[in-house]
Amino acid sequence: MVTPSPQPTARAADAAGSPTIIQAHDLSISYGTAPAIRNLSLEISENRITSIIGPSGCGKSTLIRAFNRMNDFIPNVRMEGVIEYRGANLYGPGVDPVDVRLRIGMVFQKPNPFPKSIFKNVSWGPSINGHRSDVDGLVEESLRRAALWDEVKDRLRDSALGLSGGQQQRLCIARALAMQPDVILMDEPCSALDPVSTSRIEDLLFELKKQYTIVIVTHNMQQAARVSDFTAFLDAGKLIEFGDTETLFTRPKEKRTGDYVMGRFG
Amino acid sequence: MAHPAKAGALGARRRRAALFVATCRLFTWLAVVLLGVLILHVTREGIGWLDGGFLSSYPSRFAEKAGIKSALFGTLWLTSLTALFSIPVGVAAAIYLEEFGGRGKLSAFIDINIANLAGVPSIVYGILGLAIFVRWFSLQRSVLAGALTMSLLILPVIIMSSREAIRAVPHSIRQAALALGATPWQTVRYHVLPAALPGILTGLILALSRAIGETAPLIMIGALTYVAFVPSGPMDAFTALPIQIFNWASRPQAEFHQLAAAGIVVLLAVLLIMNAAAIIIRHRSQRDRAW
Amino acid sequence: MSKHLLRDLDILKREILTMGSLVEEQINKAIRALVDRRPDLIAEVLDGDEKIDQTEVAVEESCLKILALHQPVAQDLRFIITVLKVNNDLERIGDLAINIAKRAKYLCAHEPLPMPIKIADIAETVSAMVRSSLDALVNGDTKTAMWVCQIDDQVDDLNKKMFIGLQSLMQKDSKTIPRAINALSASRHLERIADQATNIAEDVIFLVEGEIVRHRMDDLMETVNGAP
Repeated sequence: MVTPSPQPTARAADAAGSPTIIQAHDLSISYGTAPAIRNLSLEISENRITSIIGPSGCGKSTLIRAFNRMNDFIPNVRMEGVIEYRGANLYGPGVDPVDVRLRIGMVFQKPNPFPKSIFKNVSWGPSINGHRSDVDGLVEESLRRAALWDEVKDRLRDSALGLSGGQQQRLCIARALAMQPDVILMDEPCSALDPVSTSRIEDLLFELKKQYTIVIVTHNMQQAARVSDFTAFLDAGKLIEFGDTETLFTRPKEKRTGDYVMGRFG
Repeated sequence: MAHPAKAGALGARRRRAALFVATCRLFTWLAVVLLGVLILHVTREGIGWLDGGFLSSYPSRFAEKAGIKSALFGTLWLTSLTALFSIPVGVAAAIYLEEFGGRGKLSAFIDINIANLAGVPSIVYGILGLAIFVRWFSLQRSVLAGALTMSLLILPVIIMSSREAIRAVPHSIRQAALALGATPWQTVRYHVLPAALPGILTGLILALSRAIGETAPLIMIGALTYVAFVPSGPMDAFTALPIQIFNWASRPQAEFHQLAAAGIVVLLAVLLIMNAAAIIIRHRSQRDRAW
Repeated sequence: MSKHLLRDLDILKREILTMGSLVEEQINKAIRALVDRRPDLIAEVLDGDEKIDQTEVAVEESCLKILALHQPVAQDLRFIITVLKVNNDLERIGDLAINIAKRAKYLCAHEPLPMPIKIADIAETVSAMVRSSLDALVNGDTKTAMWVCQIDDQVDDLNKKMFIGLQSLMQKDSKTIPRAINALSASRHLERIADQATNIAEDVIFLVEGEIVRHRMDDLMETVNGAP
């Protein structure tokens, strides 16, 4: 009765008309001969949270690592297609990958603070990029934005490794925020954390999206449903469906999407 | 249903475990005791000759007047210069090979060759040093030639142990730094190296300790055995502690044997001081993680 | 984890079908009591209401349990919501069957009334509607569901004719008024059962298509009928 759905909609209708900040066109990435992403086109909207879900090995991590050129460090990576950031080709000639990472930051799955003081963790990134003025202020603001300031303000010189898992992850978020990026990529940021820490970080994301664009890869579908504005479902390297989260979780267009979110596989 | 563990089998396993622990303990104590006996014997032999005069006199035909000054200073010069050459080159090579080299066939080829070089007998390095540094570079039988030769000798060891230390730094730290917009060099300089430092230092100490004790290459390049002066510059001739000890030990008179023992004590003391320094530096760099 | 959910969903399906068949039986008995003048069936209908209430509560509790334990999404979620609504609709149909039985009680105790429309005709259509709506639920069949919605007009029509006919009967002979009013009441109850069946059918469409069609049935039917 319903007309068959067209190519997976790469652009969902956004009521507030948020502009596109990152766009992938017909992206294909493979490690040697093994394809990881196939002909994927996607638009990430600014100041929104976009989550990427899919079964293990579907290419989610490969995709976000392509957004900040972290795939450059993996040997044998081949990429076709274009990724644009604010209209400019991220992989164009003359584009410095270091520059890309200044604007597109990343938080990893397992909290990985430097074995240095809490203060140094947050201040290191800006300092190597020539940021000299008011380092203290920047550190405080970043820690506040990451909802960690109150817990660590009296022990900034202590080692970061003495913090709990949830605190360490918030420190990693503060560290990324200190670089004042446009976009923050998060690769399963809560999968190593307990539910309370997870909940705190999710609350944090709501606040952060006012100023930053967030792309979050998650295994946890309830989390994607709770937190994100848009959701992309990937399977075996292909984008199966992309849309606003509410639609994807109440009446997904593709059967495979429905099966996945209902937990029938993956 | 019968329980899978046989009754009584548990007792036999416990006895075997206890036997194993006891054997390990025995061998450990054996090694410690042997070492202790050795050191004790040497110290007893040489302690009588160990005084300020011993340290400040030159060797002589007369045992009472003989001292270790030239050998001690020679060894100190030699070790310092060796460290000066080998540490930067070795650590830099390790950094390059680990962080910036590829993982391809060339890299594997280099790996194998460095491992082989580490096992080459030291006298071969002596021959190499003679041909290259003494003759070709015309450095003659100088401390410089000796130091360069010893550097070659311990370079493979330094490279291998430094690479291990660098490799042991978790990959996640590098990823974190790179994701913040750091260049690969900044990542190495501010995160990888500091984290690898304790391991690198340990490797350095082991390598230098080996260098101090080597005699064959020094003889090959022409370290002198009877020297009545201390080197005043890198181009001077020299002698070293192992050589002096060997010289005394091979004399028939008993007093010289005791002098040799005294020399060994001095050599051990130098080694201990070097190790202590390294431990202190390591301890400091690990403690000051909040820098 | 999905295994437990599937098992619980299965149990829920069976429970709602049980509810459906209990209610169907009530309707059939009440109609037979009315049409065939069978006072013995009336008592059965009145007693049967308790079982329906119990089953309704059981179904609702099963739904709550699944929602709490499994946090279903997409199709599964729509299924739970649909079952909750259908459960409600069926319970109301059950109440309407009771009301019909009470009207039948009065009519059986008095002289048979010459009906302008065969109440059996309305009853048959209504019964078919209820059965079809439950079939549609089980099979996810939107076509049958749409048929149920369309047929409702017929029942409304028949009910209107019954009203006009009974009205003129009452005007002609005032002695028929008490019986006529009861008959009219019974007819109206049947018509409302038909409405409830239509609600169930609309719920089924929501389940399958994900669209809430409750208030735009006309547009929908136009689209379907107009399709090539």
